[in-house]
Amino acid sequence: MEKIVLPEIENFHQLDVYLQNGGYEAAKSAFTQTTDQIIDTVKKSGLRGRGGAAFSAGLKWSFMPKNNAKPKYLCVNGDESEPGSFKDRQILEYNPHQLIEGTIIACYAIGAKSAYIYVRGEYHKWIKLLQKAVDDAYEKGFIGDKMKETFATDFSCDIYVHKGAGAYICGEESALMNSIEGQRGYPRVKPPFPAQNGLWGNPTTINNVETIANIPPIIKKGWEWFSAIGEPKHPGTILFGVSGHVNNPGVFELPSGTLLTDIIYKYAGGVIGDKKIKCVIPGGSSMPPLRGDQLEGVKMDAESLKAVGSAIGTGGIMVMDEDTDLVRVLARIAKFYYHESCGQCTPCREGTGWMLKILNRIVRGEGTKKDVDLLVTIAKNIEGNTVCALGDAAAWPVKFMIERFREEFDAVVKDEVSLEPKNKVHSLRHTANPIAPVQG
Amino acid sequence: MEFKFLEENLQTIEQILKKYPTKQAAVMPVLYLAQEQNGWISKEVMLATASILDMNEEDVFGVATFYTMYHKKEMGKHHIQVCTNVSCMLRGGYQIYDAVKEKLGLDNGEVSTDKKFSLEEVECMGSCGTAPMIAVNEDYFENLDKEKALQILDSLN
Repeated sequence: MEKIVLPEIENFHQLDVYLQNGGYEAAKSAFTQTTDQIIDTVKKSGLRGRGGAAFSAGLKWSFMPKNNAKPKYLCVNGDESEPGSFKDRQILEYNPHQLIEGTIIACYAIGAKSAYIYVRGEYHKWIKLLQKAVDDAYEKGFIGDKMKETFATDFSCDIYVHKGAGAYICGEESALMNSIEGQRGYPRVKPPFPAQNGLWGNPTTINNVETIANIPPIIKKGWEWFSAIGEPKHPGTILFGVSGHVNNPGVFELPSGTLLTDIIYKYAGGVIGDKKIKCVIPGGSSMPPLRGDQLEGVKMDAESLKAVGSAIGTGGIMVMDEDTDLVRVLARIAKFYYHESCGQCTPCREGTGWMLKILNRIVRGEGTKKDVDLLVTIAKNIEGNTVCALGDAAAWPVKFMIERFREEFDAVVKDEVSLEPKNKVHSLRHTANPIAPVQG
Repeated sequence: MEFKFLEENLQTIEQILKKYPTKQAAVMPVLYLAQEQNGWISKEVMLATASILDMNEEDVFGVATFYTMYHKKEMGKHHIQVCTNVSCMLRGGYQIYDAVKEKLGLDNGEVSTDKKFSLEEVECMGSCGTAPMIAVNEDYFENLDKEKALQILDSLN
């Protein structure tokens, strides 16, 4: 099977090796086409965003206003903080130039003069690798003023690497923009959408690293070739990251629509100790988990996963064997979202804390059946009631884990309801200035 | 404690500013630079950053406190970060975390009295396929078990 994003060529991350294998030719060919032609090609290729929402990349580009005097920006999202997701770092390490070339083409297509590649702060090593590749590309005249000569065009753009600082929320596109602007990573209310009002109020497009890395091959080989790979509604290859209880965890580039069971058993080497699977989270920890008996015949693409009540997310597959304590797993997931909630919207800020508190109580063996129902109620009250999708991401695992594995929870909670008050703190986050009582 | 950017760092800041159309956008890289120089982000660091970037002090404070990678207190020479998120947890992340806690005698967020070690339980670091992991300052150590993790601690001086 052909690898598009992570080709198995030794030292492919080095500029000279990349050039020997046809590197930067897609960019050359792109500059002989009009921007409309490129957007049209990407649209027809059916490429869908690889960051979680699986939105059509070409369509997103086409939202960028034309004949607008404002500067335009491209942000490439390499914040990759979703638990279970570790694919972008492979691109940064093994194929940074394809990412850079894709960034150049995307900048040209949407008319952006500057691109920011936002990489999570913990990726010190990969940021250095990417920066080296960017520096090399500058030196060879593929970016910056010199690219006008290199590509015989009057277009030029700059690429900057922006280092995050440990906030999951900055993977959300509007929080990412606020972070680049030098603010707290608070998501913005949409509309206005980034294509109208993005970085510094200017038209902006945000694409995932993997999405952008798919662009050069599409330009080089054409949309017909790309759209014929994998599932027609979600074509191309996807980087599936398999983790958890498997013998051979790692990132596997496979056509979309590959069977989930094939990925686990053929590529990831099956479950450790040949145990049965209790639960699989197919797209990173935010996505609804699947039961072990739901996996047969499940294809890994956006539409097929939707049909079985989950989502493709970032393609991070977490496998849990039959001995896994799912209550503890859910408590750990809840801890993550409590930690990462930015604190802007009340349902998420308070709800994530309450869910964690109740789950910890259940883990300690002090939970009651009512607590399990309460968790679902809280999750439903977060979902859809927040500015960004982190609320949903926190609510879904709770809601669906309980819905699909209710017996696991019922087995560890007590039936009777204790009348003893257990929660004496009203909020987990203390206010600095307590509100004074109203004087009558 | 007083804080002044070193001359060479001032030059680096000049370079950073060229990347962005506004001065405020440079606050994250400048705070990193300050942290490298000072070891942590003190109030004086925030004030110096605000003045160099023409920012409101409270805005710098907001950024420095929002992002977990800016240390608001002096950390150990070796800042040990142990991931316990799901993928690591499934492969023994908590065993490592407990062993490290015991060995260092530290709890989450604490610094040893000799300032040699500090410990942090971190969220997913993107090492799910090579779990479990710990990170020491900027370096990842992956595919660990309890023994290997403790060996790494032993090798630090």
